[in-house]
Amino acid sequence: MGTMRWIAGGIFLALLVLLPRELKPYGIFLMSNWVLFCVVAMGLNLTLGYAGQISIAQAGFLGVGAYTTAILTTRFGWDFWLTLPVATGLSFLLGLIVGFPALRVQHHYLAFVTLGFNILIYLVFRNEDWLTGGAFGIFDIPRPGFLGVDMRDPLSFYYLCLVFAALMFAAAWWIVRSPWGRAFAALRENPVRAASLGVDIRTYTLLAFAIGSAFAGLTGAFYASLLEFIDPYPFALEYSLSFLLMVISGGSATLIGPIVGAGMVLLLPEWLRFAKDYYLLIYALLVMVLMAFCPEGMVGLWRRMVAAIGRRRARAPTERPT
Amino acid sequence: MSAPLLEVRGLSKSFRGIRAVSNVHFEVAKGEVLGLIGPNGSGKSTLFNCVLGQLRPDAGEVRLNGQDVTGLDPTALSRRGIGRTFQLLQVFPALSVRDNLVLAGQEHRGTMLGRLFMSPDAGQRARADELLDLFRLARLADEPAGSLSYGQQKLLDIAMAFMAEPELVLLDEPAGGVNPTMLGDVESLLRRLNEELGATFVVIEHNMSFVMGLSHRVMVLAQGQVLATGSPDEIRADQRVIEAYLGD
Amino acid sequence: MALRARRTLVMIEALQLLISGVSTGAIYALAAIGFVLLWQTTGTINFAQGEFVMLPSIIMLAFVLHGGLPLWVAFAVTLVVSGLLLGVAFKVLVVQPMIRHGVLPLVIATIALGIFMREGAKEFFSNEAQPFPMPVPYVVLELGGVTVTSHHLFCLAVAVVLVLALQWFLGGTRTGRSMQAVAQNAQAAEILGIDVKRMVMLTFLVNAALVTVAAILVTPVYLAKWDNGEAIGLTAFIAAIVGGFNQVRGAVLGGVLVGVLENFSAYYISTEYRTAFPLILLILVIMFRPYGLLGRPEERTV
Repeated sequence: MGTMRWIAGGIFLALLVLLPRELKPYGIFLMSNWVLFCVVAMGLNLTLGYAGQISIAQAGFLGVGAYTTAILTTRFGWDFWLTLPVATGLSFLLGLIVGFPALRVQHHYLAFVTLGFNILIYLVFRNEDWLTGGAFGIFDIPRPGFLGVDMRDPLSFYYLCLVFAALMFAAAWWIVRSPWGRAFAALRENPVRAASLGVDIRTYTLLAFAIGSAFAGLTGAFYASLLEFIDPYPFALEYSLSFLLMVISGGSATLIGPIVGAGMVLLLPEWLRFAKDYYLLIYALLVMVLMAFCPEGMVGLWRRMVAAIGRRRARAPTERPT
Repeated sequence: MSAPLLEVRGLSKSFRGIRAVSNVHFEVAKGEVLGLIGPNGSGKSTLFNCVLGQLRPDAGEVRLNGQDVTGLDPTALSRRGIGRTFQLLQVFPALSVRDNLVLAGQEHRGTMLGRLFMSPDAGQRARADELLDLFRLARLADEPAGSLSYGQQKLLDIAMAFMAEPELVLLDEPAGGVNPTMLGDVESLLRRLNEELGATFVVIEHNMSFVMGLSHRVMVLAQGQVLATGSPDEIRADQRVIEAYLGD
Repeated sequence: MALRARRTLVMIEALQLLISGVSTGAIYALAAIGFVLLWQTTGTINFAQGEFVMLPSIIMLAFVLHGGLPLWVAFAVTLVVSGLLLGVAFKVLVVQPMIRHGVLPLVIATIALGIFMREGAKEFFSNEAQPFPMPVPYVVLELGGVTVTSHHLFCLAVAVVLVLALQWFLGGTRTGRSMQAVAQNAQAAEILGIDVKRMVMLTFLVNAALVTVAAILVTPVYLAKWDNGEAIGLTAFIAAIVGGFNQVRGAVLGGVLVGVLENFSAYYISTEYRTAFPLILLILVIMFRPYGLLGRPEERTV
């Protein structure tokens, strides 16, 4: 299993590097978008999947990062790279604030509060013209400079996004396997017991939100640069729901779940283009079917299949006496 | 005379006007096993939860090693050396058995930020394996805790309470729901922990032979008040205790 | 003199805002009550509740425009259609298969259902806002300087009658009390010999009826449009939580409060942020009274 995993990972990486070379600019754009949304979904997966804190504000956090970079680069002439710590820091702080209600309420109440925050953030983006350009948005967001490579070339910028996503994947992996990851899981499974074992559930709850938000905020900087123009709409509530869908449909609390989920949510509508105006209808229907038959997501489905095959192979009575 | 390890003075707690615990005093010496018995609804669990910071007592104080710890939250109490188990089984079913133990120890050392950069086992592996051997769970170390039998989960639950080398452990019905064969294991294990490793316990238990066999001293609660305290033999012979149970 | 005149004017203005706010709030309350009932009996958080109001309005309008039916006949027919679609079909096809998987899949599924209904209405009906007939003749009444429309009074009256009827039904009839019992503790209700399945189905039907009434009241003002549900759903939802999730009167209080707050803040503070104030109220209520204004706080226990 171990070596199989490495081989599969290697092939996947090779595809990520080689495939875009064969694509038209729109295809490359989609791939870049996907790679970035993977990171946003990974962040939400930390909050929701690993730590069990429902958050429906991820698009808002993405927006905070995107607007931070857009405003600092276009209005104040900052270098893209210098805006990254600011975008990360602001979204981290905002995540902390949104996390506070989680100390008091859980489950659906938490869903409602975070959802409320997302709409508030969106309203600020749309209404504060002096800062965000209101409904018209912000134009001419520059691409970053990097070792003299021209990042206006879609392929070059895609590779930059890919490297960024790979680093963030490593960060997520690190967090999940560190003692923090274990504490997050304890928070998800039984916070009362965790507290009685000395786990500071307040701090971990806030961290779960702040880290998830920081993943989104940092990605926002790249997203603004990818689009070169931002307006409030990609940061509305419905996109937070999309991110939620990415995590759940891919497989929450798994490292590759968000990657699969982001691909499905982002690329499915593209594949459904043949259906023209009906694509959203079909899409919504597919989502309902998926939730009915496979609520643990694609990774869960895959595991169930592997387990079923394994059982069939080993029909011999090897059950442990318990 | 050294100060008692745990000292509870005048503890009271009411729910909507009903006194669940009323002016309770008791102390626990280092190395002692105190049994806590009483009919259903006599306030045992409420008393536990007040001592352990799950509930805020209306009056009274709790001292650990002479220090006032009244009203501290469960996390702080755990870090000060009070371990506990719950009446209902409380393990983390999706984590492996070893991870359950590592978790129970990892937050007691180092800093929050330091833990992000620690090795995944947080330096707790040796201690975890020691307890796994002691509790005879070693061969299940990598299984998810949720896949264990009820009795094994109960053992794991108790082992977790011991992971951070607490000064005092409060066990809420350690024998509850455990089958008779396993019961002997739990009892001998707790006795070993007490006699060989000097562990101090307070044990709530309904199983009389279990608690009488294990405890040095037994305290009886009835209607939120201490009815009697004494050696197991004294309590067995106490007419008031028998009445309290029969009257229930 | 001028000062007093201005003061009177301000008073009249405020009174007017209050009346229209209460009347809109009463409609929100109807949707919120349905939302609360569904949540209590089945644990369903219906993120499509707004679309549940939008759809009957469009069906009703279709009956009026294409079927040539008078509005009240269309309403009666729509009530039946709603019962089948938003009651029975919703329960059997969406809630039932998913409820056992936990909260999140059902949340996502109802969100998807909302999108489905929105897109369906847009594709198969119209993507333009359509005028909707008034259920009662439109008259503007003036009472001591305060102008009130017949529609506002009608909304208020219908909502009051409906809420009272519902209270009587839930508290005063055997079926209603059984429904309440199921809402509070389905297992205990089952032991008591209550037909839980029937009660759950009844709840879905009551919700379908409530949203249909809300539709005929709200649409003459909002116009019939595929994306109406977003605003209505969110408001109903805020109303339900603000008031308290445990009773009908909580939803009523929440609805009226949100309606009034929205009106006042839009008029006196900022139109752009009119949706923001109910949201801030929502966040404050959840933070400081998580079980709602009329809900009961719970002790911190194990």
